[in-house]
Amino acid sequence: MEKYNFPKTLTGIKGLDEITEGGIPQGRPTLICGGPGCGKTLMSIEFIVRGAVEYNEPGVIMAFEEKAEELEMNVASLGFDLKALRDNKMIKIDHVHIERSEIEETGEYDLDGLFIRLGYAIDSIGAKRVVLDTIENLFSGLNNQAILRSELRRLFHWLKEKGVTAVITGERGDNALTRQGLEEYVSDCVILLEHRVINQISTRLLRVVKYRGSVHGTNEYPFLIDKDGISVLPVTSLLLESEVSSERVSSGIPSLDKMLEGKGFYRGSSILVSGTAGTGKTSIAASFANQACLDKKRCVYMAFEESPKQIVRNMKSIGFDLDKHVSEGILEFHAFRPTLYGLEMHLVAIHKIIKRFKPQVVILDPITNLITVGSVSEVKAMLIRLIDFLQEEQITVMFTALTLNNIVNEQTDEGVSSLVDAWLLVRDIELNGERNRGLYIMKSRGMKHSNQVREFVISDEGLNLVDVYLGPEGVVVGSAREAQILSEETGKALHGHALSRKDREILRKKTVLEAQIANLRTEFESVEEELNKVYMEEELKKEILERNRQEMTKIRRGADGANEASDNSKQ
Amino acid sequence: MHNHSKKEDTKPAEGREIYFLKLFVTGASPNSIRAISNIKNICDSNLRDSYELEIIDVYQQPLMAEREQIIALPLLVKKHPLPERRLIGDLSDTEKVLKGLGIIDSEK
Repeated sequence: MEKYNFPKTLTGIKGLDEITEGGIPQGRPTLICGGPGCGKTLMSIEFIVRGAVEYNEPGVIMAFEEKAEELEMNVASLGFDLKALRDNKMIKIDHVHIERSEIEETGEYDLDGLFIRLGYAIDSIGAKRVVLDTIENLFSGLNNQAILRSELRRLFHWLKEKGVTAVITGERGDNALTRQGLEEYVSDCVILLEHRVINQISTRLLRVVKYRGSVHGTNEYPFLIDKDGISVLPVTSLLLESEVSSERVSSGIPSLDKMLEGKGFYRGSSILVSGTAGTGKTSIAASFANQACLDKKRCVYMAFEESPKQIVRNMKSIGFDLDKHVSEGILEFHAFRPTLYGLEMHLVAIHKIIKRFKPQVVILDPITNLITVGSVSEVKAMLIRLIDFLQEEQITVMFTALTLNNIVNEQTDEGVSSLVDAWLLVRDIELNGERNRGLYIMKSRGMKHSNQVREFVISDEGLNLVDVYLGPEGVVVGSAREAQILSEETGKALHGHALSRKDREILRKKTVLEAQIANLRTEFESVEEELNKVYMEEELKKEILERNRQEMTKIRRGADGANEASDNSKQ
Repeated sequence: MHNHSKKEDTKPAEGREIYFLKLFVTGASPNSIRAISNIKNICDSNLRDSYELEIIDVYQQPLMAEREQIIALPLLVKKHPLPERRLIGDLSDTEKVLKGLGIIDSEK
């Protein structure tokens, strides 16, 4: 396509120029067809207005259905000021009125009147763009089909000769793209608009059916009509080539950051917070948003469940002043019911918001509600595209998801858990008649995250994670944890008390025993003394006896001396 | 030239109102030439002098095309007597023309 540059005219309609790779064929007619209420007229008028405003190309609108004033009013709600553009001679609106009852056909005719009018309108403002809306109204006003068909054909050729880029709108026919089955053949480009209602939710879809001489996107692309006009969503590249960052962003909960290597999530990553009802998913999301704003990062909070005011009020109760960030202009809330539009429309809407606000952090709370407008696989497909888009833009995104199933392994959370980079799970732990929250990190790509279950505590000061208490009966949380800690402390005190009492007992026993020992010893001493006394008496007696004998002997020796001594020894 | 609304002339003549007709044509195209000669014949044979015919070349006055809501040409507009009627084509279907102009009763 580089060598051969097909001349194209930018429509200025968001997304359409991407799909058609540069706009619609320049100087040729393009047909926009579709059923009633699909946005044909609007798209054609936006083509003219954008041309006049953005590309300085004057345009002519030939309206077969609505009067100039009606058109002005209808598109004023989209911010198009047709009147000012008309006054500046950038736009000319010519309303063609045909009423069958007023017209009698009396023979051969042609549509030269239309040609003259159109030619005059084009020349009077030097128009480069022309819209004919809706040309087939001619067929309801005039009878002679053969003339009309040939004149219409002539008109298309004439428009080409004039060198104007024309957009013709046509009502969709039963089996053909248009009622007359003519315009699509004489147009160089055909864009089909559809308005489909699935599950009571309408989605507008655009498809480029034909484009002579150029490649173009062939898929159906959803488009959105809102206060800024039309936005078509071209599917972003799904090539997984986006840049990665090793920069970290804090979750706003210091203890959670600590579980994530102490630094938090990677920038540009996608984080899923899932859990059962009332486990504080929104609080985690709000904390993340709050932290991002405190770090002077721009943040968009998309709420599918609560109104912004409700979230602001609720988060104030746990210490997050989101209102302040909103007034500073770095936080934006967007709340819509999922049923407002189809999934694709949500994607378009989110795209638009992100493109405009350029946030660094996006929060979707909760994605579960999207299920109400699509099947699980559709939601997954939409989220893949969203994550892809956000990653390309290096935006960190946090989704919350409600799990209806308490068994984690069976629950895949809209099947996105495999897509996200980090997955936090908040669980109810029901014990002793109260519910407490446990948080753990199911996965976190590219970091050594903690594997522990933490108790997740929401207080006036914000969110905190506490180590769960591992008691003898397993994990205890909440007041049971508090009670366990208390009872252990009591135990300790009691134990200490018991110990000291035993000590004293021993001491006492010791004293008693020692006293007894002393007693016994005294007794023993007295017995010993007694015994000693007997013994000594014996000794004494013996001694005295001996002495007496010797005395006796001595006395006897006085008579016969030595003999008596030897006699005594013999006895 | 295109603005002869001579209301005062619309008095009955021979019991008939004066017809005020405008014929829009495109130069000298075959349809235009046929239309001019057809209307002249019809008027001369049915209205005689009680008509006024103005022939306008839209090429010369393109602004007229928008003002008069002209699409198909040739176009004959009966401005008077009311109601206004518009006839397109080369006016070759005389009966339709007469009915359209209200010269003969459209019921028949």
